[in-house]
Amino acid sequence: MAATAHAKKLSSGRLSTKRLGTKRLGTIGFHAGASALALVWFLPIALILVISFRSTDDVLSHGLNALPRSFAPGNYASAWTGGGMERALINSAIVAVPAVALTLLLASMAAFALSRYQIPLRRTLILLMLAGNLLPPQILLVPVAKLSQQFGLYDSLATLIAVEIGFGLGFYVFVLQGFMRTIPGEIQQAALLDGAGPWAVYWRIVLPLTRPALAALGALSFTWVFNDLLWPITVLVTQTKMPVTPALLGLQGQYVSYWNVIAAGSVIAAIPTVAVFLRFQRHFIAGLNLGAVK
Amino acid sequence: MEDHVTVASPPALPSTGAATVHPVAARARRPRRTRAERLSPLIIAFILVPLLVESLTVFWPAIQGFYISLTNWNGVNPPTFAGLANYTKMVSDPVFRKALGDTAIWLGIFGGLSAAGGLGCALFLQRERRGIAVYRIALFLPVVFSLTATALMWQTLYQPNGMVNGLLSAAGLGSLQHAWLANSSTALYAQILPALWREIGYIMVLYLAGLKGIDPTLYEAARVDGASAWQQFRNVTLPQLRSVNAVVLSVIIIDSLRSFDVVWALTQGGPYNSSQLLSTYMYQTAFVNTNYGYGCALAVAIFVLAFGVIVTYLIRAFKESD
Repeated sequence: MAATAHAKKLSSGRLSTKRLGTKRLGTIGFHAGASALALVWFLPIALILVISFRSTDDVLSHGLNALPRSFAPGNYASAWTGGGMERALINSAIVAVPAVALTLLLASMAAFALSRYQIPLRRTLILLMLAGNLLPPQILLVPVAKLSQQFGLYDSLATLIAVEIGFGLGFYVFVLQGFMRTIPGEIQQAALLDGAGPWAVYWRIVLPLTRPALAALGALSFTWVFNDLLWPITVLVTQTKMPVTPALLGLQGQYVSYWNVIAAGSVIAAIPTVAVFLRFQRHFIAGLNLGAVK
Repeated sequence: MEDHVTVASPPALPSTGAATVHPVAARARRPRRTRAERLSPLIIAFILVPLLVESLTVFWPAIQGFYISLTNWNGVNPPTFAGLANYTKMVSDPVFRKALGDTAIWLGIFGGLSAAGGLGCALFLQRERRGIAVYRIALFLPVVFSLTATALMWQTLYQPNGMVNGLLSAAGLGSLQHAWLANSSTALYAQILPALWREIGYIMVLYLAGLKGIDPTLYEAARVDGASAWQQFRNVTLPQLRSVNAVVLSVIIIDSLRSFDVVWALTQGGPYNSSQLLSTYMYQTAFVNTNYGYGCALAVAIFVLAFGVIVTYLIRAFKESD
C-alpha cells in the first residue's frame, strides 16, 4: 500500500524533484547533526592527545586549552620508563593473555558437557555458575585477599590470573552452552559412531563450530581483564607487579600536575584495548550483544 | 554489525567424513541412546574442574565474606564473633547513609541519562547509510577505555584552566566555572560525566541491536494507519524494545554499582565524603582502615542492593535455557 502511495507521488514530476530536494536536505542535516555529535564525543580524546604532546613549559605558561606551541614526544618516554608503563604493559599481558585463554578453555569444557550430555541438575549447575559471576565483587575482596595470604599466594600475578578466571567463568559457561546447544546432535552422533571419543568430539567438532562465540567472548574478556582495577589493587601490593590500570594511578601520584605526562600515560593505557576493538570490531560488538541478549 | 547474535546456528559441518557410518562400526556397537549413556569420566571432569575453580575463587570466598561481616577483625588479631553489631553500626553511620544516598543519585542520574542518551543515539544512528560506521565508532570508542584512563583524562579536562571551564567561558557562562573535583558540591556530579561519556556508546550498541530486530512491517502498518513519527515511536518502537530495556536496566544497575574505578581514581570519595559511593566506602573501610568486619558488612549491603537485579537476570536465564 505504501508502494502505491509512493508511485502516485512519483507520477507527478514536480512533486518528485521536490521530494528529492527535501531528501537531500534531510541527508545533509543528518550528517551535520551526526558529525557534531561525533565531534563532541571525540573532543576530550583530541584534547588529551594534543596535551600529551605538549611540553611542560608550554602547558604551564599557556594553559591546558592553548594551541600547541611545542612538540614533546618525550612525555611518552617519561610515562613509558619513568612512570613504569612499559613494565605495567608487560604485567598486563602476563595476566590478560593466560586469563582469557584459560577462561575460554575451562568455560568451553563445562559448556560442552552441559550442553551435549544429559547431566543431572544441568540447569541448576548452569545457573549456580552464572550466579557466582553476578555477585558484586566487593563481597569477595576481603576473603580473597586473606585466603591468598594464608596460602602464601598474596601479591603474585598467578593469584590475579586465578581470580580473573574464576570471576569470569560463570558468564562464559552460560553464553557458550547456549551457543553449543544450537549445534545439531546428529553431528555428535555420527562422530561417536565413527569411534570418536568425547575428547575428539569436543576438540575437533564442537570447538571449531563454536569459534564465532569464542572470538566474541575473547575480544570482550580481554578488555575486561585488561581494564580491571579492583582485583589488581586487592591482591597485589608491589608497585612493580601492577598491571596497566593501577600503574596509571601510580603514575598519577608520581607526576602530580604534569598533565602532559598523565595524558601520555592514559593514551598508552588505552591503546591496547582500542587496537583489539578496531581489529576485532565485529566480534567485539557481537560479544556485547551475546551477553545482553542472554 | 551484530549478525553473530541473531544468526546463532553454527557453520556447516566440515567435510571430515564423520557423517558416513561405517557398517562394521555400526554392527559392532549397539546403537546407543545418549539418554542412557553412562557419562565418561572426561565429561565429569569437564564440569568438575571449572566448578572447582569457581568454588575456590568465588563461592568459598563469598561464604566467608558473609561470615566475616558478622565479626570484628582488624587483620592482625584473630576475628571475634560480633553477631549483627556491624549491621546495627551501619544504621547509625552517617557516612554509610551519605554513601547510600550518593549511590542512589549516581544510579538515577547515570542510569537515566545513559539509557535516554543511548536510546537517542541509537534512534539517530539506526539507519544504515554511508558514513554511519564512523559516527557509531566515535560514540563507541570511549567504551573500550578503562574507567581509570577515562577518569584521568577527565581529571585534566576538569582542571581550573582545563577544557570544561574553557568551554563555559567561551559560551559566556564564565560565572559557572568551578574547581569541579575539589568542590564538595560538584565532585559527585563531575564524576558522573566521564562515566556517562563511556556508558552511552555501550547502551547505544544494545539498542541498535534491539532496533534492528523490530519487524519493519510494523512501521509500514503504522504509517498506513496514519501514525505520526512520535506515535510510531510510542506505540511500535518502545513496546518492541521491552526485552532490550530489561537488559539495559540490569547493565546500568550493575555498572553503577561498579563505578568504583572513577571515584577511586579521582577523589577517593572526597572531599569530606562528598562523593562517597558504597563501593568506595567499602574499599576504604576494609583496605585503608583495615576494618575487615565492617567492610564485609558494607559489601553485604551492596549485595542486597544488587540482589533484585541478580534474581531477575537469573530468572531470564532460567527461562532461556529450556
